[in-house]
Amino acid sequence: MGVITKTVRAGLLATVCGVSLLAVSAPGAYATGMPQLDFANPLVTGQVMWGAIIFFVFYLVLSKAMLPGVARVLHDRSQRITGDLEVARSAKQDADKAVAELQQARKDAMAEAQAHLQKVLDEEHRAADQQMQEINARLASEIADAEKNVAAEKARALSALKEIAADTTQALVQRLTGVVPDAQLVARNVESASAHRSII
Amino acid sequence: MAGGSSINVLEQFELHPVLGGLGEALRFSQSPLYMIAAVCLVLAFLYFGMRPAAVVPGRLQAAAEVCYEFIHNMAVDTIGPEGAAFFPFIFTLFFFILAGNYIGLLPFSFTFTSHIAVTFAMAFMVFLLTVVVSLKVQGLRFFAHFMPDGASPFLAPLLIPIEILSFLSRPVSLSIRLFANMVAGHVMFDIFASFVIMLAGFGVVGDVFAIGPIAINVALMALELLVGVLQAYVFAILTCIYLREAVAH
Repeated sequence: MGVITKTVRAGLLATVCGVSLLAVSAPGAYATGMPQLDFANPLVTGQVMWGAIIFFVFYLVLSKAMLPGVARVLHDRSQRITGDLEVARSAKQDADKAVAELQQARKDAMAEAQAHLQKVLDEEHRAADQQMQEINARLASEIADAEKNVAAEKARALSALKEIAADTTQALVQRLTGVVPDAQLVARNVESASAHRSII
Repeated sequence: MAGGSSINVLEQFELHPVLGGLGEALRFSQSPLYMIAAVCLVLAFLYFGMRPAAVVPGRLQAAAEVCYEFIHNMAVDTIGPEGAAFFPFIFTLFFFILAGNYIGLLPFSFTFTSHIAVTFAMAFMVFLLTVVVSLKVQGLRFFAHFMPDGASPFLAPLLIPIEILSFLSRPVSLSIRLFANMVAGHVMFDIFASFVIMLAGFGVVGDVFAIGPIAINVALMALELLVGVLQAYVFAILTCIYLREAVAH
């Protein structure tokens, strides 16, 4: 590239000199109607010399100062756009990762909560069952106690019944006969009667 | 421009020394003056356009960047990767011609691209550059291009002179195309403008009919705006094509 640029500059310089010489030495034989072909006029050939100088200066200013400036601005812009795109892309990746993490965390939390809930429910079930069993056991023992009491009361009542029956029989017999019966005999008869009637 | 009854349409191309004797001694006519004006215009456009150097360009900066990228793409697409080295030259050439063509469209101004001496000097410069680059890049193989590949050796005596002639005629066609276009456009402007003056001599009827040539000149201005940029483009793209041949291995 550098070689070519140098070649361009050398070529331009050579042309500036060459064309100027050519133009200065051109014959003025075409003096016709057109002022452009009046090469005898020094102003016609002079504009070639001046044009070459102006063109060369124009080329130098453009290639040294103006065009590199434009190139720098364009390069900076493309650089900046690429950088910004890169930043945006990485930000998007971060955001995607954060979203994925969030979803994972939510899923984990849900699973944990589910497990916790299950555990609590199980415990409650177990506690309730135990309580129910305790209550049942207590009730059962209470029922058994009560039944025992009832049986005892009943037995007591029944044993008292025989005495009452014997007393009543004694009293009845006394009233009816006016004789006080033998207590032993009455008790024996009541005993056998109650056994007959199968009253416990 | 129009002098009395005889109107000389070529008078607009005459050169006059500026600054009197000094201009005459230095051969400095209005033509180099307009060249300087054109160059300053382009440089000012680029300078003020690119001065903000903003990441998001304003209108003027966007225009300057479009100009840069247009020529840069043209140079690189046409010439190839080596085109980047020639880009400043193509840019200079294109905008020198374009600014010259457009400045010449202003009333009372002068078109330096309407002078064959100027256009031929530029075309000859391009020609010399292509020859120098060709010899530098290709060495003596450059001369092999005058014999087309695959052609019968018996045709060589016919083909080689034709190829050499067509090669040598490049600067001629390049310079005459631009020169003739600019001269023709400005002569047409002058002719139709002179019709208006001639019609003005016929009283009221002439005044009414003079609208015709004026309208034509307005249309011609649009055409010349197109021709101005087109000729600059043609000159630049042909330079690129010649340079592509020069750098081709």
